[in-house]
Amino acid sequence: MRRSGRSAYPLLLPTWLVLGIFFLVPLFLMLAVSFAERGTYGGIKPVGDLGAYVRSGEFLGNYARSLGGIYLKIGWRSLWMAVLTTVLCLAVSFPIAYYLALLAPRRWKGLLLGLVVVPFWTSFLIRTYAWMFILRTEGLINLVLLGTGLFHHPLEILYTQTAVMIGLVYGELPFMILPLYASLEKLDRSLLEAASDLGAGSSQRLWRVTVPLSMPGIVAGTVLVFIPSLGQFVVSDLLGGARGMLLGNLIQNQFAVARNKPFGSALAFELTAAVLLLLVAYAVYARRRGGEELL
Amino acid sequence: MSASLNPSVEIQNVTKRFGDVAAVDGVSLSIAPGEFFALLGPSGCGKTTLLRLIAGFEEPDAGTIRIQGSDVTRVPPHRRPVNMVFQHYALFPHLTVEENVAFGMRYKDLPRTGQAARVAEALALVRLTGYEKRRSDQLSGGQRQRVALARALVLGPQVLLLDEPLAALDPNLRKEVQVELKSLQRSLGITFVFVTHDRQEALAMSDRIAVMNGGKVEQVGSPVQVFEAPETEFVARFLGATNVFTAEVRRQEDGLLSLQLPDGTEFSIPDPGPPRLRREPLRFVVRPEKLALRAVPVPSEISLAVTVEDRVYHGASTEWTVRDARGERYAVFAQNAGLAGDALPFSPGSPAFLGWDARHSVMLRES
Repeated sequence: MRRSGRSAYPLLLPTWLVLGIFFLVPLFLMLAVSFAERGTYGGIKPVGDLGAYVRSGEFLGNYARSLGGIYLKIGWRSLWMAVLTTVLCLAVSFPIAYYLALLAPRRWKGLLLGLVVVPFWTSFLIRTYAWMFILRTEGLINLVLLGTGLFHHPLEILYTQTAVMIGLVYGELPFMILPLYASLEKLDRSLLEAASDLGAGSSQRLWRVTVPLSMPGIVAGTVLVFIPSLGQFVVSDLLGGARGMLLGNLIQNQFAVARNKPFGSALAFELTAAVLLLLVAYAVYARRRGGEELL
Repeated sequence: MSASLNPSVEIQNVTKRFGDVAAVDGVSLSIAPGEFFALLGPSGCGKTTLLRLIAGFEEPDAGTIRIQGSDVTRVPPHRRPVNMVFQHYALFPHLTVEENVAFGMRYKDLPRTGQAARVAEALALVRLTGYEKRRSDQLSGGQRQRVALARALVLGPQVLLLDEPLAALDPNLRKEVQVELKSLQRSLGITFVFVTHDRQEALAMSDRIAVMNGGKVEQVGSPVQVFEAPETEFVARFLGATNVFTAEVRRQEDGLLSLQLPDGTEFSIPDPGPPRLRREPLRFVVRPEKLALRAVPVPSEISLAVTVEDRVYHGASTEWTVRDARGERYAVFAQNAGLAGDALPFSPGSPAFLGWDARHSVMLRES
């Protein structure tokens, strides 16, 4: 692959153009705006003497502000929610992917995999609204719980962290199941038999053979789930209420409500930088694994 | 086998079905301790299923399996005192050679210090000292096979199961590994149960061979027995004795069986077999190397007039195909020891006589 290198460059031109116009240019615009200050009517205040502005250090004002007080707290909460979403997705997806890859009858496989993908046919926004109807006090869950007679008061789920968590895990689940499935599907069953033959029981087979060998899928799924969870704002907006603000909501707020584009840009750039760092770490991992296809 | 000694592996009336197909169909076998036992047959004959039943990867639909005298029919594989060398070795790709060999050690009651020593010992046994830190993708086929062997042997099994262990090796290496495996088995003194579809391999290595077909055992015996005295047409053909003759019983008296070939030729053979009816049709085989092609009949031999159809000259030997008056074809392997001139004695189309010693006629049981 790498050896055929140079002759492939002209073919990559469209890719570079698309990446350049739709990713790199906006990214640099955003970076530039993030160094500016908010104008009186929500625009960008003219800088005047650029040299003096840079020397005064004022251009880093937005970044300094983002790393303190309430903003830092929201940042930590977002990080924590993204980590928790990833862990919960992994815990729920592994048994599902394991069943699909190793246990499901062959003729059901296509249908079951289809069911994993089918939610994508409906807008994510609409599916999140659907969760509101399920979780609210007069919603499906409470109807059932009250109907059983075991509960006399409806559970307050909607507009809590729990609701946000449910929504996040629900939304990201397919992105964890699919790479895990791809990894487990490739697992050579004779390795499990060999482990069994050598004396390993079922849980030892899982931890010593299945999990290590599905690591590429686990890592890919983690990256695919963690990154969108970190920037998520639809779920927290609809299911979390006012107190559940995450980094995504904060950024959206700066652009749409507070009309502070420079501060919003600084926050967005920080998020992008964090994600890029994560992707670099992932690329290093992938290369160490001998460049096998991970996604 | 003395009465006090339990068979190493005892299989009684074992049947295993996959859907409507009986992969193993009422098989009974008894394998003695320290025996090198081969399960030989074409693909789909049930030999691998039988091995997997012994290992515990399949559960029989009927019958019992005993190992060292104890019933293991419902015991899961990780609790059976057997270990297996898989066809493609099934080495763990995420572990080093050393870690592969040590994989099963933690399930054995052994002090940690003893474990490292045993792993080293096992690697020395298969001549892989110095390869401890390699991964399986850095090993040749032969080395992988030896890691698989060490990984199984380090656990000290009483029975080692081998599923076509030589099939994935290149042919040059195969002969060498045959000798090594055999001497390893002799020095360790443990039972080897070996699955193969290669008759040369089975003949060269085994103490006894079970020839399987359609889920059933056709014949069990020493290599010489199954090769020289096949009991069924399947066994005969599978071991290369493709010359099947039909004859009719004339007389059976004084321990002699008189037979008549379709062309009227009569001959007698010493007959240890069961009582036969007069005019009962019988079939027998004669191995190709026991047939000779003659220009004139030799009085001491049974002779059959044939026409030479084809010949393949192999240097040390020649392979002839001949046809009798009824259109039946026979194969003849002749050593070229007597060949002096520059011509083979017969050419296609020429008449000849097929001759053989009556005692080389091996009667077949209808299977």
